[in-house]
Amino acid sequence: MSEKIYKPGSYPDLPPPPGTVGVYGWIRQNLFSSVSNSLLTIISIVLLYYLIDGIIGWFFLDAVFDAESKIACRKIDDGACWAVITRRVGQFVYGFYPEAERWRIDITFITMFLAFAPLLYPDIPKRKWLLYFSVFYPFFAFVLIMGGYFGLQKIEYSLFGGFMLTVILGVCGIVCSLPLGILLALGRQSNLTVVRTLSVCFIEFMRGVPLITLLFVASSMLNYFLPPGTNFSILVRVIIMFTFFSAAYIAEVIRGGIQAIPKGQYEAADALGMNYWQKTRFITLPQALKISIPGIVNTFIGLYKDTTLVVVIGLLDPLGIGRAALADTKWNGLSTETYLFVALFFFVSCFAMSRYSLWLENKLNTDKK
Amino acid sequence: MTFFSNIWRNEKSREIIVQILVLFFLGWFISWLVMNVNANFEALGKDISFEFLFIPAGYDINQYLIDYNNRDSHLRAGIVGLLNTGLVAFFGIILATVLGVALGIIRLSKNWLASKIAYWYVEFTRNVPILLHILLWHGIIINTLPHPRKAISLGEVTFLSNRGFYIPKPLTESGIELVYLFFIIAIIFSILFTKHCKRKQDLTGTQYPVFWINFSVICFLPLIAFFLSGMPISLEIPALKGFNFRGGMHMSPELAALTFALGIYTAAFIAEIVRAGILAIDKGQREAAESIGLKPSKVMNLVILPQARRVIIPPLTSQYLNLTKNSSLAIAIGYMDLVATLGGISLNQTGREMETMLIVMLIYLSVSLSISAFMNWYNSKVKLVGR
Repeated sequence: MSEKIYKPGSYPDLPPPPGTVGVYGWIRQNLFSSVSNSLLTIISIVLLYYLIDGIIGWFFLDAVFDAESKIACRKIDDGACWAVITRRVGQFVYGFYPEAERWRIDITFITMFLAFAPLLYPDIPKRKWLLYFSVFYPFFAFVLIMGGYFGLQKIEYSLFGGFMLTVILGVCGIVCSLPLGILLALGRQSNLTVVRTLSVCFIEFMRGVPLITLLFVASSMLNYFLPPGTNFSILVRVIIMFTFFSAAYIAEVIRGGIQAIPKGQYEAADALGMNYWQKTRFITLPQALKISIPGIVNTFIGLYKDTTLVVVIGLLDPLGIGRAALADTKWNGLSTETYLFVALFFFVSCFAMSRYSLWLENKLNTDKK
Repeated sequence: MTFFSNIWRNEKSREIIVQILVLFFLGWFISWLVMNVNANFEALGKDISFEFLFIPAGYDINQYLIDYNNRDSHLRAGIVGLLNTGLVAFFGIILATVLGVALGIIRLSKNWLASKIAYWYVEFTRNVPILLHILLWHGIIINTLPHPRKAISLGEVTFLSNRGFYIPKPLTESGIELVYLFFIIAIIFSILFTKHCKRKQDLTGTQYPVFWINFSVICFLPLIAFFLSGMPISLEIPALKGFNFRGGMHMSPELAALTFALGIYTAAFIAEIVRAGILAIDKGQREAAESIGLKPSKVMNLVILPQARRVIIPPLTSQYLNLTKNSSLAIAIGYMDLVATLGGISLNQTGREMETMLIVMLIYLSVSLSISAFMNWYNSKVKLVGR
């Protein structure tokens, strides 16, 4: 008998069976736990190998980053020809904004983060002071971008373009559509028949038609509905349409949030003798908005992506700049490079927004889980 | 004075006053708009009439499901466009559903690698605007696929080139009626068989492999008829003649790009919906199903999916609707859908912005509203009855 005899309760813990811990165990459990699973893993690895191999080759190793034209590119190497981007990067970012004045856009853009910081991060130090700046920021940005005051050169709307235009359209649309969306959601839940019917009609109309038809209306018909002789910029008209469109979607998201609040909350508020606006301000909206954050951010991301549609009515957003570049005989046919570059920009900004929404959701989640 | 303040303090009368004020304001606003339109139209010498619908359109449409030539009316051009919208929506929805459901299930798989790949697919696709997807695919087909002469051939029957895709076209010959007949018989049989098996199971508890029997009947019965009647279906294979392919079915680059883009983009959203739907089912349901000894496939088919369906279908329908509305972006690559025909070229030729846009919007609106009405009906039908 080589086995040692232990006193009751003193038997040492055995190590876990090999193959269930460490890297090996992890691989076994997550990648090769069964025959079908192993097959899936192998297929995925093969797929990834070809994908990554192709991507790295085309994107970087065989790519040409600067050349005179597409033909010159192809003479050097047969990968992507990024010269179409690098030669026009200024246009992609600023559109046709005069080169000497581009610092104004830079400043506006950098200070935008400063203005948004206190709104997005409630824990930021000196939040109160920054909030004053946020209130003041729209005027500041308007003056800086448009010019015409304080000796700044006045810039025409028609020169706006590129990523700058996307950000302007997106931010204006987002900022304006949230309050309108909240009002519409409240209107749809209202006891007043007239108000409710109006809200429902507006929301259903906006959600029922494609955005592009609304943009056509903005670009070609809106002037008919205004007193003869009024003429305001296409940019403003487009922002109004974006605002209406996404406000309708936001209203539906918030309505879902309002309906998800337990009835006891309203009854408690009524029992405390609150009037409608108090109830809305202190009971309904704080809870409804919290529940609907993911939906609201998704709508914002949708709006931000939809800003690309302005290319159809002739505004020069990044897609418009890209198409103009492709129309140039020098760069004819480099559509994949151009569109992938623009896609990367949208991916980065939209992904950041969705990550922020996840973070906020976790932060505000007061459920005990 | 007290009389008025009393009216204002009484909830009922205050509501009425507010509503009257709103109505008054609305009426004023609408009459203001109408006045403006009148004034503007008078200044331009225009009027509102829908007669333009019946004059010849005078432009060509390269893709049509019903006969069309440029002497046909604007109305017919619009219908051709509407059918094209339907066509691309149909293909797009099939692609999006297949891809989306597969990705949604893969994302929940225990396989770490596959689930991560599906995750990054979803993130990359849905964070890029749909218009960009469309242009990218169109660009890839136009610029990187070879000319028809050097077309990529798949088994010498299907050809991919920068003029579009060419696939074999099934041609039916006499005797095909027998195949159709057998197909209908097979379907009737499977319906009756399913009912019979269900009754049997209710009575005795015996289970039959209903799905597999039905599946093989529906597949093989028409196949037998096909051979019996002397193979009445032949394939017309596209062939290179001159600079382009002749024969077979042609999918234009625009249609292909639009289908891919819409399908791939919407699939990312559908994947998330499917995933959320399956995750929304309480863990206890799965555990209970497993504890009474159901096989994993039965757990999925009998317990999880029927419940997940209730969560999945409403947002799924709204994704289908979104896909259909997004197909209006076809105008960017020159696919002739409703917006591109009636709201595009017809508008430019006749100068009747008001009328054409009104028609286009009303069509989209009625489609959307009828589908949401159907959805509301469906929701109320499948809603859990609370106790």
